[in-house]
Amino acid sequence: MADRRFHPETLAIHAGQIPDAATGARALPIYQTTSFVFDSVDHAASLFNLQTFGNVYSRLSNPTVAVLEERVAALEGGRAALAAASGMAAEAIALLTLLQQGDHVVAAGALYGGTVSMLAVNLAKLGIETTFVDGASPDAFAAAMRPTTRAVFAESLGNPSLAVLDVAAVADVARAHGVPLVVDNTVPSPYLCNPIAFGADIVVHSATKYLGGHGTTLAGIVVESGRFPWDNGKFPGMTEPSKGYHGVRFYETFGDFGFTMRARMETLRVYGAALAPTSAWQILQGVETLPVRMDRHCTNALAVARFLQSHPRVDWVNYPGLPEHPQHGLVARQMRSVAGAPGASGLLAFGVRGGYAAGIRFIEAAQLMSHLANIGDTRTLVIHPASTTHRQLDEAQQRAAGVNQEMVRLSVGLEHVDDVLWDIDQALAASAA
Amino acid sequence: MADDIASLRRILRTSRTIAVVGLSADWFRPSYFAAKYMQEHGYRIVPVNPRYDAILGERCHATLATVETPIDIVDVFRKTEDVLPIAEQAIAIGARCLWQQIGVKNAQAAALAAAAGLEVVMNRCVKIEHARLFGGLNWAGVNTGVISARRPV
Repeated sequence: MADRRFHPETLAIHAGQIPDAATGARALPIYQTTSFVFDSVDHAASLFNLQTFGNVYSRLSNPTVAVLEERVAALEGGRAALAAASGMAAEAIALLTLLQQGDHVVAAGALYGGTVSMLAVNLAKLGIETTFVDGASPDAFAAAMRPTTRAVFAESLGNPSLAVLDVAAVADVARAHGVPLVVDNTVPSPYLCNPIAFGADIVVHSATKYLGGHGTTLAGIVVESGRFPWDNGKFPGMTEPSKGYHGVRFYETFGDFGFTMRARMETLRVYGAALAPTSAWQILQGVETLPVRMDRHCTNALAVARFLQSHPRVDWVNYPGLPEHPQHGLVARQMRSVAGAPGASGLLAFGVRGGYAAGIRFIEAAQLMSHLANIGDTRTLVIHPASTTHRQLDEAQQRAAGVNQEMVRLSVGLEHVDDVLWDIDQALAASAA
Repeated sequence: MADDIASLRRILRTSRTIAVVGLSADWFRPSYFAAKYMQEHGYRIVPVNPRYDAILGERCHATLATVETPIDIVDVFRKTEDVLPIAEQAIAIGARCLWQQIGVKNAQAAALAAAAGLEVVMNRCVKIEHARLFGGLNWAGVNTGVISARRPV
């Protein structure tokens, strides 16, 4: 009998966690321990040689953290996953495992600011160069590829630009050049979009956002598709004996989860950005309700977008779930349908009539909406990027990042939508000079 | 072809002896990883490789034909095109299962063994499947596909 293919709603609750073998505990136990005893010297040797699976030290692996890893791998349709202390840590682990001095990256231009810094400043310091291209143009990715290119990086749904990546088209470009496509899938979450199904090779998340959903806990995760041919000659670190882990050939030994094992044993083990077991547990409390929450985030955000479209104090609205969105066909193809519309998350942006000053007045008048820099919380969050997250950039750089002076970004939460609309309406009234 | 969780679990649970064809004595080779793992989990390993006298403390046979112990699983670490004669030998010695490792996919050998009443597994690693279905692989963050509300026994 063929194995049942469980739905995402079921995977969000069950994947990675069966009742505890030792105690029968149904809910996930928190294994708050740094270390695990060896049964014998021979057992210890087998563990260090990676000949047997098991836990040694929680910087490498931990049974509570492993549940989060397997659950997100299952939700993404991936082969394996590796958790990290934050979304930035996850991204750094993915890129530092893939890349070395002299390598080149092709990345979408309008990315989360922290990612731009990592690529343009931090990795550049290590001799890894990045070319930023128009993320909406697969041809621009193709034109920027070099013989030294070893990764293509983009966001499935850009933050705060809300640009939608044509994952299949960019995956084709990456595949033609024998390099992996790495996609940050934080904004849609694995419930609304699975980049691996469209050809992505590695997916990264800030689990701090929708996966956790409660805004209490930092976490990140790297998911591997299991489909990338690491023996194509471009990734000797995957096929040659590892200098970082006494001679193991990761691809030959672990096959379709060799990248995850190498990221764990060479990168996470050495750089140390491990996720705390308690944090993994807290994120998993959120993951259990991810599908229910995302449905409501999407329907609330669509209602807010429609309200803003008809509001006289609003110049423009950008929500990829709207039928008027220029990439609507792509959104409908790539994102799960929620209540008859493409589920485009709770994130939207709009322009307050009156420019920079009006945007600031809107923020200052908000009563229910929280003014802060996170996204993906149960609470509706609001920010004026030009005066906060992107204030260190000049106007031209802000435009390149998809930020204009009057732009306000909303992360629509799970409150009653009428209460959210009420707060937006009164804050818009106050934004008039 | 046994490819679902229930069938793979049944094969591994009812087997005790594994003849590993193409087993290497080098500690870092995947065949050694797999055989050592299965030995540590209570299986008797019977090495088959003309290049060695003994591996993992067990006498090494040049060919399956000289193995006298009853064999449950013939685990094949050889190239796909070399599997057919191994399948014929597996049938001849009365093995219960022909198991072709990851990347080994000889459909003709599998069909021959299945027709002779053997269980057949193809393109899977015996160690990874054991760890997936009986615990261990989940600690490495791998998507095991195991969904269950029952305590593992």
